Amino acid sequence: MPSRTGSHRPASFGSSLPERALLLVLVLVFLQGSVLPLGAASSPDVSHQDKTDNHKVEAQGHNYTKKAFPVLSIDYHYIQTPFEISLWVLLASLMKLGFHLIPRLSSIVPESCLLIVVGLLVGGLIKLAGEQVPPVMNTRLFFLCLLPPIILDAGYFLPIRPFMENLGTILMFAVVGTLWNAFFIGGLLYAVCQIQPDNPSSLHQIELLPCLLFGSIISAVDPVAVLAVFEEIHINELLHILVFGESLLNDAVTVVLYHLFEEYSGIGTVSVLDGFLGVISFLVVALGGVLVGAIYGILAAFTSRFTSHTRVIEPLFVFVYSYMAYLSAEMFHLSGIMALIACGAVMRPYVEANISHKSHTTIKYFLKMWSSVSETLIFIFLGVATVDGPHNWNWTFVTVTVILCLVARVIGVVGLTYVINKFRIVKLTTKDQFIVAYGGLRGAIAFSLGFLLDPAHFAMREMFLTAIITVIFFTVFVQGMTIKPLVELLAVKKKQEAKRSINEEIHTQFLDHLLTGIEDICGHYGHHHWKDKLNRFNKKYVKKCLIAGERSKEPQLIAFYHKMEMKQAIELVESGGGVKLPAAMPSTVSMQNIQPKKPPPALPPERALPQLSKGREEEIRKILRSNLQRTRQRVDISYCKTLLLHVEMNNYLTVPSAPPDSPTITRARLASGRDTDFKPAQKQKGDKISPDPQAYSVKPTSDSVPTIQVDLASPQSPDSVNLMDEFRNARQPEQDEDRGLMMKPPSEAKGPKRPEDAEGAKDQQRLMRCLSDPGPSADEDEDEPFLP
Amino acid sequence: MGVSVAYSHVVGVWRSFFPTVSLEQIINLHKRFKQLSGNEDTISRENLDSIPALATNPIRKQIIEAFFDKRNQRQDEVGSFHEIGFEQFLMVMSHFRPPTLKTTEEEREVMRREKLRFLFNMHDTDSDGTITLDEYRKVVEELLSKSGAIGLEAAKAIADAAMLEVASTNVPHMEPDEFYEGITFEHFEQILKGLEMESRMHIRFLDVNTTTMHCGK
Repeated sequence: MPSRTGSHRPASFGSSLPERALLLVLVLVFLQGSVLPLGAASSPDVSHQDKTDNHKVEAQGHNYTKKAFPVLSIDYHYIQTPFEISLWVLLASLMKLGFHLIPRLSSIVPESCLLIVVGLLVGGLIKLAGEQVPPVMNTRLFFLCLLPPIILDAGYFLPIRPFMENLGTILMFAVVGTLWNAFFIGGLLYAVCQIQPDNPSSLHQIELLPCLLFGSIISAVDPVAVLAVFEEIHINELLHILVFGESLLNDAVTVVLYHLFEEYSGIGTVSVLDGFLGVISFLVVALGGVLVGAIYGILAAFTSRFTSHTRVIEPLFVFVYSYMAYLSAEMFHLSGIMALIACGAVMRPYVEANISHKSHTTIKYFLKMWSSVSETLIFIFLGVATVDGPHNWNWTFVTVTVILCLVARVIGVVGLTYVINKFRIVKLTTKDQFIVAYGGLRGAIAFSLGFLLDPAHFAMREMFLTAIITVIFFTVFVQGMTIKPLVELLAVKKKQEAKRSINEEIHTQFLDHLLTGIEDICGHYGHHHWKDKLNRFNKKYVKKCLIAGERSKEPQLIAFYHKMEMKQAIELVESGGGVKLPAAMPSTVSMQNIQPKKPPPALPPERALPQLSKGREEEIRKILRSNLQRTRQRVDISYCKTLLLHVEMNNYLTVPSAPPDSPTITRARLASGRDTDFKPAQKQKGDKISPDPQAYSVKPTSDSVPTIQVDLASPQSPDSVNLMDEFRNARQPEQDEDRGLMMKPPSEAKGPKRPEDAEGAKDQQRLMRCLSDPGPSADEDEDEPFLP
Repeated sequence: MGVSVAYSHVVGVWRSFFPTVSLEQIINLHKRFKQLSGNEDTISRENLDSIPALATNPIRKQIIEAFFDKRNQRQDEVGSFHEIGFEQFLMVMSHFRPPTLKTTEEEREVMRREKLRFLFNMHDTDSDGTITLDEYRKVVEELLSKSGAIGLEAAKAIADAAMLEVASTNVPHMEPDEFYEGITFEHFEQILKGLEMESRMHIRFLDVNTTTMHCGK
């Protein structure tokens, strides 16, 4: 390790001090890790000896020589296990850091490859040091500790819609594809092993069933490897979900095949009955796993309904319930992976409706963190175990295996796609098929399953392991490294980075209902019909049970809208009002451009507000622009809300309450045209104090005024920025005072549309009032009088 | 077959823009048509209204209206029918055909535009070629109509936000006193580009490659 980084140092790191320090830390950690176990071999005995001596002597009670009190002693055994675990985790994370410091390495070589190499080096170094390589690829450790976080992360954030839309295809690939692979590879391997009659080798001893077992181990596409590689190539959603979904769902098949062949390998034959039982077992394993996961998911959702007072432990429920789902499924030899996926997918919509925003962030980042560490550790351990593991290299076996894996995958994908395309609307093109076939990576699960084999029953276990490792290395290194350039070369569609817009959401919903309606008119009970039924069932019964409070009735569109608002408000607050644009593109369009110019209706409330000259309008806008840098940048609904927010903040912070009689107040009240009730236009006109030189008004239409959206303060949106609510609450007691400056909560608004304009006007004036510094571009002197 | 002779002209018309439709599917649709119309030759709005499954659909009215909208008959007329015959019924249904493997890029474009046009017509109730803010508000209100009071309050805000988005995407730089009249068809196409309408807006029943499913009797 020191040599490797050392050679890179001059080229890549330059002379940056922090990076050198990091390397130093890395080296120290590593040395400590390797040296301490060696050094500690002797000292614990010493200290142990001391202790026993002391105890013995004390027991005797007399006749002991007083030793010096041990000021400093090393007791490594006490902390050995946690220390080593922490050391590994630290090493893994530092490695991850290190890769990204090297500029172009991470774009050429996928991380998984680098980590395996690191593992190889670590393993090699440990072996060189003469120490025994720790059995890191302990199967229990892998299946119980390292795999669940990755799967949970995948399952919780699984995009449900594309997954369900392509479920048929995914299941075909997962079940039929894996079966085909297993039998093809196993069978042909057996055939290959049996040839070469003149040159009998150890291969002849391998029987059919172990070959099939080997085939079933090696045929499963590995979710860890797929995730690791696909995450970096940003491929379009369809292909991603196809390969990834397949890697998740083939677990059931793998479990059944593995157990089936393992059981009967000793006996040597599998009868038809066993085969039949195997099929039933598959259904039990798959559906049972999903059921277990769903049950735990519902429990988690139900629990989260009551966590409103103990927000801190909300993430804990998500993690613990999911983990227990996995363990319960594993207990019954059901598919733990499917249980985890089902649990995460089932609980997510309800949990997200119940938990606080902070908990949501916590869950997200904890899952990402754990899965990242797990993944790193898995690859490193793979490298270490490769160095350590007993190997039995057999050219024929290994090369035939690698070739067969590739061939089987290609044939399987092509054949299945031909059948699947008959039932799909969006057909899979040849390019898609190529990526699906090429993306079939094998990984650590195959290795662990191989490791699990009992050496007593399987004499050729070592050969199997060697072959498995070779295939893993081949797929991860060769396929993993070349898939990115191939994707570029073939111009495969990439992931759309665009944020989901509200228009798309509206129309997705609209389309759902439209298609359901058309199906109903046709009298055809297609899958829109059933989806609609499921949604209605969900809304009517399930949501009521599992979601707390008002949110249970919230339709999806509104939930989406609130989420979007919330995101933008938070972005805004985080950006601190800086120039950086939260939205995708700058636009000077604001609400005023959209609100229709109202022709003067019979009773226009706006007429109460005197006309604002164009010049004044410009001044106001300039002030707004300079002091609220965001005004120009707001391109959406949050424009209004952020204006309000900023105004409230300024008001709250800078402006002392003005006496009710001050001219500004009367002016404001006048212009706002109301105290608490809406006063008809005619009455207000009479109130105007015309000679006031500072009298100004706002244009009657809402064009020049950012309208304040009623929705923000709606009590049904608990997710609204709490800041707003606080300010509003702070304001409440003052409302009754005849200040006319307060922003009334919309629930008290008398008319649906009119108050908005009036409030907007009030808002603007308040803004004028509280701005102590009009800013550099306010070049008119007349701006000054606006200030208190 | 007697039926095929009777409907050969219908088949001919439809096949001109739905080349891969099968006779069996037309026959099934015809059976359904007869069922809906009570064995008459035309369907009225009341017939469609009385379909029980449609009762829970929030945009029921718009869907029914779409069948009677002359703009969906591809003949550049405006207005609406009082009753429609099987031919017009089929014409509306043809908007929901899926693309096949053989559909070229150009044909996909045409299909996409056609489907978007159908949606546009559903929103543009006064047939003036633009979706105004009021019309869009109505759309969102209808979508949320089954959600009670919460829905109605939020509908306006959502529609406004959506409109703002359309405006800012299509006309990024507007002067403060300019007014965005409404969503034109081009703008509509632009904002829904990402949804790939030709693959999404289809009924499986009309895909001739799948095994024909029975129209519910």
